[in-house]
Amino acid sequence: MALKQWLLSGLLASTCLVSIAAAGPIENYSPVTAERLKNPEPGNWMHYRRTYDGQGYSPLDQINTSNVKNLVPVWTFSTGVVEGHEAPPIINNGVMFVATPMGQVIALNAKTGDEYWRYKRQLPDDLFQLHPTNRGVGLWEDKLYLATTDDHLVALDAKTGKVVWDTKVQDYKKGQYLTLMPLVVDGKVIVGGSGGELGVRGYVVAFDANTGKELWRTFTIPGTGEPGNETWKGDDWKTGGGSAWMTGNYDPDTKTVYWGTGNAAPWPGDTHPGDNLYTSSVLALDPDSGKMKTYFQYHQNDSWDWDEVDAPMLVDLQRDGRTIKSLIHPGRNAIFWILERKPDSIKYVAGWPFVHTDVWKGIEPESGKPIVDPARKPVIGKRVEFCPSLWGGKDWPSAAYSQKTGLVYVPANENFCGGFTGEKVPLVAGQLWLGTKPEDIGLTPRPGATHFGELQAWDPATGKKAWSHNFPKSHLFGSVTATAGDLILVGGTNDRMFRAFHAKTGELLWEQKTNSGIMGMPIAYEVDGTQYIAVQSGWGVDAQRIQDALVGKVPGLENNVPQGGVVWVFAVRK
Amino acid sequence: MCQDPTRRALILTALATGACLASPQSSIAEEDSPGSNERPQKADVLVFAEGDHAGEVIKPQDLKTGGPPVRAWPKDPKTSVVRKGSRLNEVLVVRLDPAELDEETRSRAAGGIVAYSAICVHTGCPITAWVKAAGGDKDVFKCVCHNSEFDPRQSAQVVFGPAPRRLPALPLAADDGPLTVAATFVGKVGAQQAR
Repeated sequence: MALKQWLLSGLLASTCLVSIAAAGPIENYSPVTAERLKNPEPGNWMHYRRTYDGQGYSPLDQINTSNVKNLVPVWTFSTGVVEGHEAPPIINNGVMFVATPMGQVIALNAKTGDEYWRYKRQLPDDLFQLHPTNRGVGLWEDKLYLATTDDHLVALDAKTGKVVWDTKVQDYKKGQYLTLMPLVVDGKVIVGGSGGELGVRGYVVAFDANTGKELWRTFTIPGTGEPGNETWKGDDWKTGGGSAWMTGNYDPDTKTVYWGTGNAAPWPGDTHPGDNLYTSSVLALDPDSGKMKTYFQYHQNDSWDWDEVDAPMLVDLQRDGRTIKSLIHPGRNAIFWILERKPDSIKYVAGWPFVHTDVWKGIEPESGKPIVDPARKPVIGKRVEFCPSLWGGKDWPSAAYSQKTGLVYVPANENFCGGFTGEKVPLVAGQLWLGTKPEDIGLTPRPGATHFGELQAWDPATGKKAWSHNFPKSHLFGSVTATAGDLILVGGTNDRMFRAFHAKTGELLWEQKTNSGIMGMPIAYEVDGTQYIAVQSGWGVDAQRIQDALVGKVPGLENNVPQGGVVWVFAVRK
Repeated sequence: MCQDPTRRALILTALATGACLASPQSSIAEEDSPGSNERPQKADVLVFAEGDHAGEVIKPQDLKTGGPPVRAWPKDPKTSVVRKGSRLNEVLVVRLDPAELDEETRSRAAGGIVAYSAICVHTGCPITAWVKAAGGDKDVFKCVCHNSEFDPRQSAQVVFGPAPRRLPALPLAADDGPLTVAATFVGKVGAQQAR
């Protein structure tokens, strides 16, 4: 048998092993085009945040403030998987794709919940899964794309779930892994790597959607001779972190991808002196070449594990008497950022703390560089406490922007401080490299704290808070979605609730207890003229970590949040 | 902040283990040796995975009652191959008061010495801490990735956190000499994957 034939046979055999057909294949699948991705139909959810601009806004208004009280579950689907279910259900004309931890994808009839097919990744037995999760699948033509924790990018046939191609991105044994939803731009599948806690050098990489061939790879930390390398000392850049583990946003008008980058490694800043470009930054990339057009660094010489990987929202903002092509980013570093995106630069416009912080003394008005209090900056050999905690004012769960209210809705965490003792630790490929002992990481409620999780509504035009809803006994660890029905949808609390708030007033309009806690991203979609709301419930990963860290510190804290994933779909009772 | 000396010792041990794994050609060559990927076999001896005595055979008197655990690799005494070709072969060895062990655990112990897989059965993270249990005053194994805790006195059953099952035990024997493996792992080593 010729080598090529043998390889093809092997591929087909493995495909049979990992794709399990139920009622599939899918009939009449709607191919996904560049135009559809650029202007998605109101009833669909084909991007991580529905649209390239990352606003997390649905124009559907059939479910609204007047009838949301009649919202009831119409079907549920148990994934059979534990740990954190963080992906939005992806919708393409009546077909729903659900990604789960452990590398599974389930294709469902979005109207009935009937299963078409399921893909199960066969993960290596020796895989070290620090963040066992997945944040969704990208779509292109008749294929979909899954990034896996064993560091592969897999293309599946959308109709059958069969593997079309499978490309190794990097080596999981060296601490490289993938948890994000791929961004698809004009036939290119773009992903970024995780591993900031394992001494990697971050990158964003693009593959040909049809073949899986790598097209370009841009490292988030510049190598020797590249601009920005001078902000690193010696060989620190080789293992400096800057992982890029969340999906980027895209401006089709300027053909610019905006991608967030993570913390510098290891954590204590004196282990990697310098500003450490391009960690904790937003990068502006050319999707055709990967070339970096410009960048903005949210904070220099990161020492707090403050990833800034949640890509900024692209909003045309009316502010100071003009329209600003803005980037809006409520940061893990507790600063609510308003930036202006220009062809060759990203300009600081405004920034303010949206939760309590004692790290920053202010922001330099021209550069936008935050001014650090050195007493709150972790270093080797000393216990340093700081606010907010290393999970930040807002972690990866996304904020949303409503085109109707003009407000930004932030899943914030208030009154959490933390700290650790920096320690010199040798780097070992594939092992944790934090610069402290992991069990030495502290999370401390502020004295007198009345609440922790806080759903906030901010007016980005004025910098004023419009309203907030506080959660006395829980943090808030779930993404927010806004709809044209003036609804704000969010889970994220340890009482297992899924909630709808009035977008203008913050009034709690509806809530439903679910099987587990909700870390997943709510979505809105429409099939045959009926609007639905969907979300995955499935607690785990960092939501669980924070909760465990709070046990015994917060009286009355609910610690019994069962794990196990379920897709919940709601509609208004008729 | 005050450091628990036993906890600190285990962490340092873990880091040093890693350093061994990462080092050089001789280690790489050893990991490629026939048998280095195979799970521990009956009659294997255990060797220190790190520290000043890395590579030396572990004897019962090397372990202090009450911990901290040491990290170890199995070694084939006939071929001298250390089975560190797979991280799934790494074990934690701890000496406890025999009176604290339940019957099943005692049946797999050499005196009060017990051994368990060092890989958490939840998502495959390394178990790196020896700390007071979240729900008690005894030291237990802890996986700091997702906070699972295991009690080595009771077959390493889960006492806190999301881990779905106990750590696989590695039955031991010691007949006036070094610790030896008495049987293969009890249970599947490594993480639970998709269910």
